[in-house]
Amino acid sequence: MNRWVVLVALALLAVAAGIAVGPAGFGIGDAFAGLLGHGDHAAVAIVRDLRVPRVLLAFLVGGSLAVTGAVLQALVRNPLADPYLLGLSGGAGLGAVAAIAAGVSSAWGVPALAAVGAIAAILLVYRLAVVADAVLDTRVLLLGGVVVGSFAAALVGAILALSPAEGLRSAMLWLLGGFDGASWHALGVFTVYAILPLALLYRDRRLLDLLSLGEEPARFLGADVEPLKRRLYLAASLLTAAAVAVSGIIGFVGLVVPHAIRVLWGSTHAKLLPSAFLLGGALLAAADAVARTAFAPLSLPVGVVTAVLGVPVFAVLVRRWAI
Amino acid sequence: MGDLIFTVRNVSYRYRGARDDAVAGANLDVPRGALLGIVGPNGSGKTTLLQLVLGVLRPSSGSVAAFGRPVHEWRRRDLARRVAVVAQREEPVFPLRVREFVRLGRYPHAGPYRALDANDEAAVTRALHRADALHLADRWTLALSGGEWQRVRLARALAQEPEVLVLDEATANLDLRHEMETFELVTSLVHDHGLTGVLVTHHVNLVARFVDRIAVLDRGRVVAEGAPSAVLTRDVIERVFAWPVDIVEWAGAVQVVPRRAGGPAGRRGEL
Repeated sequence: MNRWVVLVALALLAVAAGIAVGPAGFGIGDAFAGLLGHGDHAAVAIVRDLRVPRVLLAFLVGGSLAVTGAVLQALVRNPLADPYLLGLSGGAGLGAVAAIAAGVSSAWGVPALAAVGAIAAILLVYRLAVVADAVLDTRVLLLGGVVVGSFAAALVGAILALSPAEGLRSAMLWLLGGFDGASWHALGVFTVYAILPLALLYRDRRLLDLLSLGEEPARFLGADVEPLKRRLYLAASLLTAAAVAVSGIIGFVGLVVPHAIRVLWGSTHAKLLPSAFLLGGALLAAADAVARTAFAPLSLPVGVVTAVLGVPVFAVLVRRWAI
Repeated sequence: MGDLIFTVRNVSYRYRGARDDAVAGANLDVPRGALLGIVGPNGSGKTTLLQLVLGVLRPSSGSVAAFGRPVHEWRRRDLARRVAVVAQREEPVFPLRVREFVRLGRYPHAGPYRALDANDEAAVTRALHRADALHLADRWTLALSGGEWQRVRLARALAQEPEVLVLDEATANLDLRHEMETFELVTSLVHDHGLTGVLVTHHVNLVARFVDRIAVLDRGRVVAEGAPSAVLTRDVIERVFAWPVDIVEWAGAVQVVPRRAGGPAGRRGEL
């Protein structure tokens, strides 16, 4: 079967599941009736104002994280790269929490400061990882990502500890990742922030093919490597920041999804980027549905679900590639 | 002698923090149609000189021109339509089919947006055929042997349809047969298709059998340049490689035979 048919079907299935299930006590039939505006008013409101924006946000965030992961992997030429593991998400989280603590309450301002944090984090990781001969060492790179991520988490902890108590609990939950804050407004903010970096990354799809051969071969094949790297890192940071600002830190989507696509269909970015977007969206929408319903009426942070999926994949990849 | 592909004039380059120049006042001409070998001991500046010639590094002093124009004025994509490089090290990291990999050699022609057309596909097939890699087209690059990977990399360079083919120590990790195959292939490509070839290597004897000109590098300078028989003299080789040698003629080519350290006529003290 055609791969696009499979991916679109998976995406639709995940979105439908996200709309159909939830802790409110009504069935799948009621949920879709509510979507069409029929039946109980409460059900209509829950489906239209809570579930639909939530599942769409989860889908777009998942797709964006997967695309970011694929791009970072090409940039550092390493299948273990992911916005979470490279410390971008941590830096974005620090930027966002600092923004909130400093009184920036605008939904538009938080992603901008999160982007500053993400860019600072990746610059720092890069400085740590480029040892003497300007070759990126995998182990140092991942270690650098973990170190910078931990440092950002420590500063976030400090900010939360020193801030007035009211915002604290929600900020803690937010850092574990989740879509409890989803709304049509958040969906709008995310879309506006994400659409430009997504378009820019897709525009550079062929240059990403060259870059994933290594900087030297890319240069000899005609790529202007330095400006290319700068705009890719910038777009990846913006995308991560937008995701973190609306849904907190969600790890491993950017690792697992591009890897699955590469193994199944190869690494040509013209196909990899849109495939990863669809599969990443489907995965996170489904993970969010699981997070909401697995222990209903309690709900898990979605970052827990993606970590449970992602850590074993990471472990297998580390054994195969890194050491 | 025809027109010049590359001209290097009094070029020096020093890496940041280094005490000495890696390339120190080098001069070199690469005429069109030549098959040139650049040889020298480890650390003699071969790779640095090559990166200066290809415009990857900017000289601290002196000038480099490619096709009559300062090399740093070339847009990388324009240069890549005329010069293809098989670099020293390149390992596949991500799964890619051989044909997809060779298609990347069409980037200099197609650019970032234009879809590859029938012309491009024909160039890819031709390149795979010439590099004797057509049967590998559907394989994954990660699953190739060392010799196959080398041919596939050569095919990608040929898909660029360049005027100049540059190989930087490209056979360093190959066994005897695959090394010979690569040299035979490159030599015939240069001669049969009117390319210009530049082979950077420390295998003096191997290039001496294939190239028409040799440039010998010593501590960042081109100390001798010309036909192998003129350049590979005992005096030059002993000075540059700091080891006693004999020069013999074998199968029509000049060959360097290093002596044993303790042999009757081979004491290092004689140097």
